[in-house]
Amino acid sequence: MTAVRLEDVRKSFGANEVLRGIDLAVDDHEVVCLIGASGSGKSTLLRCLNLLEPLEAGRILLGGEEITRRGVDVNAVRRRIGIVFQAYNLFPHMSVLRNVTLAPRDVLGLSRAEAEERARELLARFGLESRRDEYPDRLSGGQQQRVAIVRALAMQPELMLLDEVTSALDPELVAEVLSVIRELAEGGMTMLIATHEMSFARDIANRVCFLDAGLILEEGPPDQIFTRPRELRTQQFLERIIAAGRL
Amino acid sequence: MAREGDRRADPEVARRSRLLEGLRLEGEGARGVAIALLSSLVLAGIIVVAVTQSAGWPEVRRTFFDWGDISSSFPDIARAFVLNVKIFLVCEVFILVLALVIAVLRSLPGPVFFPLRALAVIYTDLARGVPTILVIALLGFGAPALQLTGVPSSRVFWAGVGLILIYSGYVAEVYRAGIESVHPSQEAAARSLGLSRLQALRHVILPQAIRRVIPPLLNDFIGLQKDTALVGTLGVIEAFNQSQIDSNATFTYGAYLAAAALFVAITIPLARLTDWLIARDRRRHQAGGGFA
Repeated sequence: MTAVRLEDVRKSFGANEVLRGIDLAVDDHEVVCLIGASGSGKSTLLRCLNLLEPLEAGRILLGGEEITRRGVDVNAVRRRIGIVFQAYNLFPHMSVLRNVTLAPRDVLGLSRAEAEERARELLARFGLESRRDEYPDRLSGGQQQRVAIVRALAMQPELMLLDEVTSALDPELVAEVLSVIRELAEGGMTMLIATHEMSFARDIANRVCFLDAGLILEEGPPDQIFTRPRELRTQQFLERIIAAGRL
Repeated sequence: MAREGDRRADPEVARRSRLLEGLRLEGEGARGVAIALLSSLVLAGIIVVAVTQSAGWPEVRRTFFDWGDISSSFPDIARAFVLNVKIFLVCEVFILVLALVIAVLRSLPGPVFFPLRALAVIYTDLARGVPTILVIALLGFGAPALQLTGVPSSRVFWAGVGLILIYSGYVAEVYRAGIESVHPSQEAAARSLGLSRLQALRHVILPQAIRRVIPPLLNDFIGLQKDTALVGTLGVIEAFNQSQIDSNATFTYGAYLAAAALFVAITIPLARLTDWLIARDRRRHQAGGGFA
């Protein structure tokens, strides 16, 4: 079954065409990594998927239902898609527990006890239960990002979007966040991951898409993309990554 | 961080160091405090001598600083001052609510809400542009003259309405600054979880915005407390009007000083509280945190 399908998705900011016709389908339980230089459109693609940015043209179907049609209930769509941002975006005036229970209580209508039970389970699963009464500014970057992942998971989404979730972290904190994502993949979570962590992408992805100037230039299994890229632009990109010691 | 912790350990030390900080004496030590005390005494002495030795001083003292005048008029004025405090407290509640509604209307996005945004802009422009005393006269004298049924005809009531209308304009702008200071990524995070715009506003944006604008809000509180004296221009007996009556009876001005002392007794603690909140806010930002 296809979890999400994008058809000829286009998006501009002013005169700047960021997405120039993206076609992409992600199957249930599939992990797809988006790679590409900064400004190639990875983040915009994820934000469009979550309806945080309106499209100029094209369609997006979530579980067979078009979510880009007029009059769609955007809140209902977002309930089904979890997104984690590069800068965590936790709510600084709320404790960890409240960050995680806010949406389940106010959007899904869970009782306080139910929401907290769900939150405790998730926090415990990712080694954060001792932090549940802390405020975000008392946590390390890695812990904050794990809380952000838990906050998205508490809505029990059918699809998770991860937008360069380790890019703002100190190098020694990257591993703890990546291991959380790996666990999600093993648990069968459908994920679309924009990342600069090439070895991680190679390791975890079922499929890798190389974005270049708003188009998916090349896609395929990670081994093929990373060892035998067909397109010249993909080769050049990977050479730069290798030169920077990131692969 | 360690310094913060040490200070917190002893409440007495913490209290004193805050006081010294406010006077910019922190870290000066006992010798510094002694020098500050001495130089203050010398300056005070010079001022006292210069004033009392000047040619017009006996006349000034008789007209303004007659202790008999001040103390005999004080009880009446203090009783009248209760009305100022009441007006202040009641108006403040309505101002905080009305201003928040205006600020939220002004922050609504999209073309549909253009008329509401425009109304909010026009309102704040007018409220901040018209002299307060004019609005109080307009409503305080004008509205009761209409003799509408079901509408209070009390001048105090209408003066209060005037203060609420004027101050809501200022306070709405303070709220708006706070709302705009919350990073858009906070709203994106809230909306991405499926919260509606209103839920995001209520749970995520406003709590952060209001926390940030408490010091400037207190500034407007101080202004409002002073402006309650304008209600006296309608002939209502409040502190200012009462002191005018007393002053007219004695042909001296000590009664005004008594009224001034009452206002200051409320506004100065508010001003110090504002300073303290601003300083605390700055310390938190320097510590890298924000909200805990």
